[in-house]
Amino acid sequence: MEIRTAETPIADNAEGDALKKLKRGFDVRLHGEAEKVINNQVQVNTFAVQPPNFAGISPMPKLEVQEGQHVKAGDALFFDKRNPDLIHVAPISGEVIAINRGERRAIQEVVILADRTIQYRTYAAVPNVENSSREALVAFLLESGAWPLIRQRPYNVLADQNAVPRDIFISTFDTAPLAPDLNLIVEGKAAVFQKGLDVLNRLTSGKVYLGIDGRGISVPSTVFTQANGVEKVRFKGKHPAGNVGVQIHHIRPIRSKEKVWTLGVQDVLTLGTLFLEGKYDASRIVALTGAALDKPAYVKTCIGANIGDLLKGHTLDGNARIISGDVLSGKSKLPAQFLDCYDDQITVIPEGDDYELFGWLLPSSARPSTSKTFFSSIFSNIWVYNVNTNTHGEKRAFVMTGQYEDVLPMDIFPQHLLKAIITNDIEKIEGLGIHEVVEEDLALCEFACTSKQPLQKILREGMEMMIKEGL
Amino acid sequence: MKQTLLKFLKRIEPDKEKAPLLHTAYDAFFTFAFAPNTVTKEGVHIRDGMDLKRTMVMVVIAMQLCYLWGTLNIGHQHFAALGKYQQHILEGFHLKLFYGLVQILPIWIVAHVVGLGVEFYFAARKKHAVEEGYLVTGALIPLIMPPDIPLWILAFSIVFAVIIGKEAFGGTGMNVVNIALLARVFVFFAYPGTISGDEVWVSGLTKAAPGGVAEYGWIHLNVLNPLFENFGWSTFQAGQAVVDGYSGATPMALAAKGGWEAVTQHYTPSQMFWGLIPGSIGETSKPFIIIGALMLIAMGIASWRIMVSMVLGMVTMALVFNWWGFNAYMEIPWYYHFSMGSFLFAMAFMATDPVTAASTNRGKWIYGFLIGMIGLIIRVMNPAYPEGWMLSILLLNVFAPLIDHFVLQSNINKRMKHVQ
Repeated sequence: MEIRTAETPIADNAEGDALKKLKRGFDVRLHGEAEKVINNQVQVNTFAVQPPNFAGISPMPKLEVQEGQHVKAGDALFFDKRNPDLIHVAPISGEVIAINRGERRAIQEVVILADRTIQYRTYAAVPNVENSSREALVAFLLESGAWPLIRQRPYNVLADQNAVPRDIFISTFDTAPLAPDLNLIVEGKAAVFQKGLDVLNRLTSGKVYLGIDGRGISVPSTVFTQANGVEKVRFKGKHPAGNVGVQIHHIRPIRSKEKVWTLGVQDVLTLGTLFLEGKYDASRIVALTGAALDKPAYVKTCIGANIGDLLKGHTLDGNARIISGDVLSGKSKLPAQFLDCYDDQITVIPEGDDYELFGWLLPSSARPSTSKTFFSSIFSNIWVYNVNTNTHGEKRAFVMTGQYEDVLPMDIFPQHLLKAIITNDIEKIEGLGIHEVVEEDLALCEFACTSKQPLQKILREGMEMMIKEGL
Repeated sequence: MKQTLLKFLKRIEPDKEKAPLLHTAYDAFFTFAFAPNTVTKEGVHIRDGMDLKRTMVMVVIAMQLCYLWGTLNIGHQHFAALGKYQQHILEGFHLKLFYGLVQILPIWIVAHVVGLGVEFYFAARKKHAVEEGYLVTGALIPLIMPPDIPLWILAFSIVFAVIIGKEAFGGTGMNVVNIALLARVFVFFAYPGTISGDEVWVSGLTKAAPGGVAEYGWIHLNVLNPLFENFGWSTFQAGQAVVDGYSGATPMALAAKGGWEAVTQHYTPSQMFWGLIPGSIGETSKPFIIIGALMLIAMGIASWRIMVSMVLGMVTMALVFNWWGFNAYMEIPWYYHFSMGSFLFAMAFMATDPVTAASTNRGKWIYGFLIGMIGLIIRVMNPAYPEGWMLSILLLNVFAPLIDHFVLQSNINKRMKHVQ
């Protein structure tokens, strides 16, 4: 724990954009923020595309490559058997060196040993964004393999190419613990970003919305604030104000039978490059964060980079946990594994597998908490914490009420939604708004839960049930 | 030091298969001493420092002033009936304190041993860890009992409440009604003589009215008295008579008979506010209850919405009664209802139980308001029992899910309306 000086608030620089002030939420302030310099020299040797990253892919995808085969960036690796148009492509050129399988021989990773210089697949013709038909754009996105970058809500699945989304939403800031600064990532890429937005504009019958950082602690990049042809809405509030799900809820909530699409900022850049330069550029700037890292920093790499390679040069404590994503909704990884497709952050924190004498009553170290029973809660806005993975208590029945609602700035009753999922009450699940939330939105509720319930897991089960029921 | 203790505790761990009950009890105490070393597996990687143990213990801490006052007041009321040490509560401090302790400790021990015994048994049977809900229940029960409650009745009521009220529904978090109140209401209906009327609220007298005499037990006469004599302090003297004109009636009973006038013949408003009146052990001192309530609100553990709405409900009803003025009880000024009886205690510690209260924020407003209104109706209009919070909270416990249902339904309707 240390004290971080409060950032000086910056004057309002928005020009008439709508501003939504969200009162509820909680910032988990952790030690180990990445230094705002991008390291371009990191040498990553292997990359992988991981079918489990894409929810709803049929039991096993159909492979198009074999071990030993050489692929270019943008070449197809596998496709969904039920939806053969939906191909997944190599983020980088190189040799396919392994196809790792898990339970029931399900494909877990298609691993590529990268070339020294990336060779890109070339396309017969890149459609012109302004003049081509929507169908032509969709067909090109599918063919190029950029389609899986677009995700669909409800349920956070791959976008349905036969559907026209009501709207498309992009959040341009991330409020998750130690999240990367997207302003840094888009610096100097205004044209590429704008191109990506232009493509998206053609895909929806509604609008493309950008959620802009309205918290006033840093100036949002002009790449975002001066983007054309999109609706900009500023959000002011604590985490999860930067979650696209929360922003959708406040801009135009998803009702039953409606579909909206979402993308990450770097996914938009990939689309932009595809149409500007005619190449599938899967490069990503990734923030390496967390108190267990000696030099938290940004690195330039590609989708699916090997984690061990990314963390090379850092002295890693053997008893640390590596997470692809943030500490609330990321996935635990081993150094031999790979960055998940949609992640732009790696967090490394110490494990907390230690007994603490009267730890529940008189904790020996300060820890982030939404509870006011801790002395540190008085300083929760200025203190920065060292965290570990200890559960700080055991799983219990739902006892406390109103906790989840206090940290979720949405007009939703998470506890009742989760209870409805547990009891398979489909009508209620739908009515209570399962269409509007995905795991990352309830992650903070799970963090705050006194009873240590696995909320994200329960929600995912509910979503799978809804998908199965065709709702 | 920590490692030695840890090693020792690990060495004496009973076998889970051979002695499940013993293991459950061991586990409860082990996790009490050491926060477990479990780490997150799926979902979030970091967890809030808050857990149910801490939540429950904070509530118990908030009750401690009520315990302190309750203990002293048992002694104070006893001596008040004898016409001694009446200037203030600290006069005859050692006598009052030890008299109170001798009364309250067995109640506290029985409440915990019996209740936790039942909890441990069910946890072992169901093969899960002991959940902490009983920590609060066990601390609440002594505070809402009369000081002379026979211990076997107390034990019986706790077994009933924990088994029928909680374990039958699936344990902590699943109960429909407040367990501590269920224990009390069991005594109230099954053994009314021990928990109602004018006689039971003052301890240690053959009769809490003129003609009665003080009685002391073996501990008072053979352990405490020699000790006090040693220090040259005053001692317990058996056989002293209750003073003329004394009535052990609570303000509630007096108000039911003759309104505010009857109350003020025996007690001043300030006595009632500070808690120098007979009553259940922990409910008399209003300032200490208010401190406890403020602690719970400041820590964010109990719902301030329920507390505020319960006050509003009670005041609304009291104003209606003041305006109606059908009998003398109804005419009691609304603000005196706070200091009579156990309104504040029920508000701070009973109605706010998160498991049995309404769980939506809007539901909490409705729930608290109705408890306030209905409780006052029972208090003022029920000829047999001049207090209402226990019954009104239990009634609303049962209706809380229905209140939540309507709140959720309105949220669902709002979401569905956009579909069309």
